[in-house]
Amino acid sequence: MKALLWRDLALAVRAGGGFGLGLSFFLIVTVMVPFSVGPETARLSVIAPGILWLGALLACLLSLDRIFALDFEDGSLDLLATAPLPLEGIVTVKALAHWLTSALPLVIAAPALGVFLNLPGPGFIWLFLSLLIGTPALSVIGSFGAALTVGLKRGGLLLSLLVLPLYVPTLIFGAEVARRGAEGLAVETPLLMLAGISAGALALLPFASAAVLRVNLR
Amino acid sequence: MSLWEYANPVRFIRLTDRLLPPVAVGALVCLVIGLIWGFFFTPDDYRQGSTVKIIYLHVPAALMAINAWLMMLVASLIWIVRRHHVSALAARAAAPVGATMTVIALATGAIWGQPMWGTWWAWDPRLTSFLILFLFYLGYMALWEAIENDDTAADLTSILCLVGSVFALLSRYAVNFWNQGLHQGASLSLDKEENVADVFYLPLLVCIAGFVLLFVALVFLRTQTEIRARRMRALIARERLA
Repeated sequence: MKALLWRDLALAVRAGGGFGLGLSFFLIVTVMVPFSVGPETARLSVIAPGILWLGALLACLLSLDRIFALDFEDGSLDLLATAPLPLEGIVTVKALAHWLTSALPLVIAAPALGVFLNLPGPGFIWLFLSLLIGTPALSVIGSFGAALTVGLKRGGLLLSLLVLPLYVPTLIFGAEVARRGAEGLAVETPLLMLAGISAGALALLPFASAAVLRVNLR
Repeated sequence: MSLWEYANPVRFIRLTDRLLPPVAVGALVCLVIGLIWGFFFTPDDYRQGSTVKIIYLHVPAALMAINAWLMMLVASLIWIVRRHHVSALAARAAAPVGATMTVIALATGAIWGQPMWGTWWAWDPRLTSFLILFLFYLGYMALWEAIENDDTAADLTSILCLVGSVFALLSRYAVNFWNQGLHQGASLSLDKEENVADVFYLPLLVCIAGFVLLFVALVFLRTQTEIRARRMRALIARERLA
């Protein structure tokens, strides 16, 4: 499993694409926001937490189809499925690799992009924390969507259509933590709910993803 | 004699052929009686005026939108556990009907909301979760369309239905937390002392019965169509091989 993780990480870093692309997308979305809603700092600081969460979520979405697609095409996914590892574990490792390469950079970059949107002072730490806790759920849910659409020719759009509704609860609680944090309110309840969603998704969804992958590979 | 007998497509078609006329006629009768009764023979509400009468479309449609998803969930489970093709096809057949019910509920709600709340749309928990439910229907139907192999499609969509149900519930409570609502509480419920006043209640019940029967009739019909379409594909494939 560790070998698989290293392999996926090395592939993501060396093959390029996913790693820097998601981050650049996040940057561009953040830069486009003031163009669309106007440059008033007061207005920007109100919407900053929500925009940053949405931007991170969309950037995460971009790289989802790469989780399984490349391995599916060259046949290594078949090999992995017949390997002595449980498929659930493989799916989890793949999601973890996606999180490390695609989501973690976004989490680290988000506070820096918060400066562009005039995020209020106390908001930075909560934005960072909520993304840190919430993005694992995004990766795991996304890997389920990627497993569903892995065999399809034009899976990309369908993948967004399937995954985005599943992202709703995570987005609501994550953005709520960031918003309340930015306004200096108590964040405990949404933070716990967010952590609950992440933990629940991490514990249960790999079984669904593995079941789906088995169907797609037969 | 057990329910599983009708997992056989031939038996299922024979049964539904017999049930379809009475169910369809029942739906028509209930809807005509309920809607005419509701629209013309009930008093106007003293605050809402005649707009209250949209309840006869709105509440049954909303009810069926949720119950259609529940039916799909049960049918998906049956497919996963017992591998009856009719069950998977029934789930597929119910999805567009449920999506249409969701649209009817949202549209009638908006038409009522314009004069009453002064807005077509508000990000109220109930409205929002219905919109999310509609997105789930869209994703479910799109996945059915996208996959060519029938069994693969049935497997994948049924798992999506299970996962989607969990997340739809989660979303329901998440949006509750997220925003306070404009929408009034439930108009009907079994364990409540007082529902809407009797004058509105009885025609509403008739309308609900009409919608339920309409849903059953449509699902029967669409499942038959799916079965026959699949048979036809099988025949064409055999023809090509020969």
